[in-house]
Amino acid sequence: MNSETLISINEVYRYYGNYCAVNNVSFTVARGEVLGFLGLNGAGKSTTMQIISGVLTASSGSVSIAGFDIMDMPRQAKSQLGFLPEQPPLYIDLTVNEYLVYAARLRGLDRKNIKPAIAMSKQRCGLQDVGGRLINNLSKGYQQRIGIAQAIIHSPAVIILDEPTSGLDPVQIREIRELIKELGRDHSVILSTHILPEVRAICDRALIIHKGRLVFDQQMKNLNEEKQDNFVNLAFRQPPALESLKNMDVIKAVEQTNDQRFRIELNAGSMALDNIVRDSVTNGWGLYEMTPQTDSLEETFMRLTTGARENT
Amino acid sequence: MKNIVTIATHEFMRLFKSPLAWVLLAVVGCLLAIFFLILLNQFMNPAPWFAGRGVTEIVVAGLFQVSGIVLLLVTPFITMRIFSEERRTGTIKLLLSSPVSITELVLGKYLGTLGFLVVLLALIALMPLSLLMGTPVDLLQMSAGLLGLFLLMASFAAIGLFISTLTSQASIAAITTFGVLFMLWITNLASTTGGEVFRAMFSYLSLLKHYDNLINGMLNSVDVIYYLLICITFIVLSIWRLDGERLHQ
Repeated sequence: MNSETLISINEVYRYYGNYCAVNNVSFTVARGEVLGFLGLNGAGKSTTMQIISGVLTASSGSVSIAGFDIMDMPRQAKSQLGFLPEQPPLYIDLTVNEYLVYAARLRGLDRKNIKPAIAMSKQRCGLQDVGGRLINNLSKGYQQRIGIAQAIIHSPAVIILDEPTSGLDPVQIREIRELIKELGRDHSVILSTHILPEVRAICDRALIIHKGRLVFDQQMKNLNEEKQDNFVNLAFRQPPALESLKNMDVIKAVEQTNDQRFRIELNAGSMALDNIVRDSVTNGWGLYEMTPQTDSLEETFMRLTTGARENT
Repeated sequence: MKNIVTIATHEFMRLFKSPLAWVLLAVVGCLLAIFFLILLNQFMNPAPWFAGRGVTEIVVAGLFQVSGIVLLLVTPFITMRIFSEERRTGTIKLLLSSPVSITELVLGKYLGTLGFLVVLLALIALMPLSLLMGTPVDLLQMSAGLLGLFLLMASFAAIGLFISTLTSQASIAAITTFGVLFMLWITNLASTTGGEVFRAMFSYLSLLKHYDNLINGMLNSVDVIYYLLICITFIVLSIWRLDGERLHQ
């Protein structure tokens, strides 16, 4: 993995009339990075992705793909780019093979390279058995996979996927996630999703966009460190007084979330959980649930998106 | 250039994947065959006012005259989906995110559509050519007529192409295109009244006027240039429109 920058977005604004859909967004993505793009509906995710892929033009600011500015050198920039929009761009009256041939030609593949490229992307997306079928007659899951197949057919340096796993069944979701991880090894991938665990499962880095602004940009491994800060959620049938929990020396901080539930920060490396279980048994607190603090990405997301909403 | 060919081929092939193209060829063929037989019948049993006019003038020119009107009615159905359908189904995003310029995209789509119209033209041309089995035909006048019909189709297609970039509803594109074409067709009606300049101007603007010259065997460069100007104008407008749309959608 090297740190060559493949996507660079610089102070991009986009207005629809007076409505500002994308407000001063800047970030870069390196080769070998999978970037998760999060946000509520209407936050500006799709608009940003369409600007990066040249479907829309930014009102101001610049986008460059693999070093080529998408406005000044669109041909070079776009040949390094594969894009799956929210709705897969399929010609439903073509067969899968015909469609992929057209997509490959549009992306500028040579005649002799088209066959192996199609075979490769069909194999990667699990489409070997449906090559001769009409796209119209295939299920939503297959159509979604054809959409992914056309985005990777020319093995572009940059792959942009707008909600790639929507409409897929759980098995397919797992396959596509594996595929994205694999692609992320030597390409840059940007994907948008509503599913936070998906970001945790496949992304190296998460961005959160809210009301057109970039409000969060962090490596997932930093987030995970946060998660290991020994936060535990406990639930008791006969909850002890808050004070008695506070007085336990293994506990750094306690916060009561409702009648029965506590959010506890433990002292690192201690036998903390053992002690709590023992105390619960001896004092009859009735401990019935003990879970590590759930995904901090989720919390961050909620805080950033709903919190900001209350402020306005 | 390669991109234009790719897009044009795709557009052409895709038209034949839908029943629309086949039905259209069948309907136009059938309607014009009926007119052809009527005209042929008139030639075989000439009314007094036909005296002194040949088979080319009566049958061939007459057929082309009717063809122009039939094409006015059916071309909107072919051009309506060029861009509006791409927009409605979102496939335009595939094209816009590909290394293809808007100019190549528009030209490719236009040429693909024109390809279909040439098939239609060949179908129409077969009817007068069949006369050769029984009688000599003025092939030069017929060629001028065919050129006229081709230019007329090319202008219809360019106008339809532009209108389909304006909307994502194919039916709206169709009805608008029909309205605009019809307006341009009958503009010369306005030239029956008014001052001399007014009359000359409207007569000149009419699609019909220039077409009449060509099917009667008069090949004036001004008529050819008139149609070429219409084609170029509307192709350029389509390119501008799509380019601007990325910014002001």
